[in-house]
Amino acid sequence: MTDVFTTLQWSDLIFLLEGAWKTVQISVVSILLGTLLGMVFGWLMSLNNKLITFAVMAVLDVFRSVPLLIQLILFDSFVAIAGFPLPAFWSGTIVLIIYTASLVAVVVHSGIDSVPAGLRAAARCLGMSYWQEMRHVTTPVGLRTAFPSWLGVALATIKDSALVSAIGYVELLRASQILNTRTQESVKIMLLVGLIYFIISYPLSRLGARYEQRQKS
Amino acid sequence: MIVLENLHKSFGPLEVLKGINLTVDNGEVVSLIGASGSGKSTLLYCINALETIDGGKVTVDGVEVHAKGTDINKLRQKLGTVFQQWNSFPHLTALENVALAPRVVSKFSRKDAQEIAAKQLKHVGLGDKLNHYPSQLSGGQQQRLAIARALAMEPTYMLFDEATSALDPELVGEVLDIMRLLASEGMTMIVVTHEMSFARDVSDRVAFFKKGVLAEIGAPEDVMNNPQDPDLQRFLSTIG
Repeated sequence: MTDVFTTLQWSDLIFLLEGAWKTVQISVVSILLGTLLGMVFGWLMSLNNKLITFAVMAVLDVFRSVPLLIQLILFDSFVAIAGFPLPAFWSGTIVLIIYTASLVAVVVHSGIDSVPAGLRAAARCLGMSYWQEMRHVTTPVGLRTAFPSWLGVALATIKDSALVSAIGYVELLRASQILNTRTQESVKIMLLVGLIYFIISYPLSRLGARYEQRQKS
Repeated sequence: MIVLENLHKSFGPLEVLKGINLTVDNGEVVSLIGASGSGKSTLLYCINALETIDGGKVTVDGVEVHAKGTDINKLRQKLGTVFQQWNSFPHLTALENVALAPRVVSKFSRKDAQEIAAKQLKHVGLGDKLNHYPSQLSGGQQQRLAIARALAMEPTYMLFDEATSALDPELVGEVLDIMRLLASEGMTMIVVTHEMSFARDVSDRVAFFKKGVLAEIGAPEDVMNNPQDPDLQRFLSTIG
């Protein structure tokens, strides 16, 4: 008679690492595209056009307020019902991109807002165009305010990527659940998985620490 | 030459400039004095198009500032502006602060832009602060930095908006000295100021503003020693 449960094997580690790689992929794509999209939204809000701000805020509020898990399941079901079923990676990542963008937009908006109007006027008075001023004054100065918050959003995105497991995508968390069920060694596996999430997030945290160091000096 | 013709400007229901006529010739220093809210600063911002106008005309070297199709970024290179707040770029050293616009706007190489910047910083007495960040400079030094930054674009005109009002009293002198230096070098300047001795000593003409109207203008000795307008008499006696 064979055991129902089997012990952890080396191949399981490979299985976990494959899940981790997918987590990295979801995270990198979501953070990159979410940040770009969020920058556009944040910039639109900074134009101080009431109509544009209202429209952007209305859309972003929905994505910020509805739990990510529900957004993922709704979107995944919706595209399937609408007749355009997407691979789980993409329906999950698209939702995560928009969710990240809605958070980044607020960060970018407050970053731009943190730059004193006089500073921007001074740059324009030197003959800089709107975009030259944006590039050389508002961006670097606003980044000082925005970067720590952005980092928080990016780190949260990595952790939130675990929710994509809910629509059946085998990323790191889902992979660990599968192993849990088979081996019943949940403590070991969770320790390992926690460590892997840490390793994925660590470079970003370091980047943040280095940035703050540079600001101080 | 800067020419204002029948210039009108309102903020909502409040008319702050009620038909100003003023011509400033090249090489001239004109000081604008008057109580706060009399429209002096707004007038400067109508010249460099930080504000729109509601009527009349502003021309700089024959170019109509507020006309459609005017390249305002190009025009502003002729109009150096120094604000009450010095507005140093906090992320750049003094040298980079001054070199930024020559590099980005005038397309000088980094090296050439830095040479221009170093020259202008020496000009305002900051030759030993090239690599300091604004946070390491006093208010007076930062205001001189702002002057150097404007001069680096080789403007024909300099507009000063209460350049010393935000400074601690002991730092006012060093900034006024630089402004005197520029005047002595022949720079055309329009100076909004509460420094009456500066207006008296340095200006070719002094203009008194009162509630959006240019009430009196003339040589400083006439306007300041023998004021005609009763409000100007009162203003001069209160401000000392």
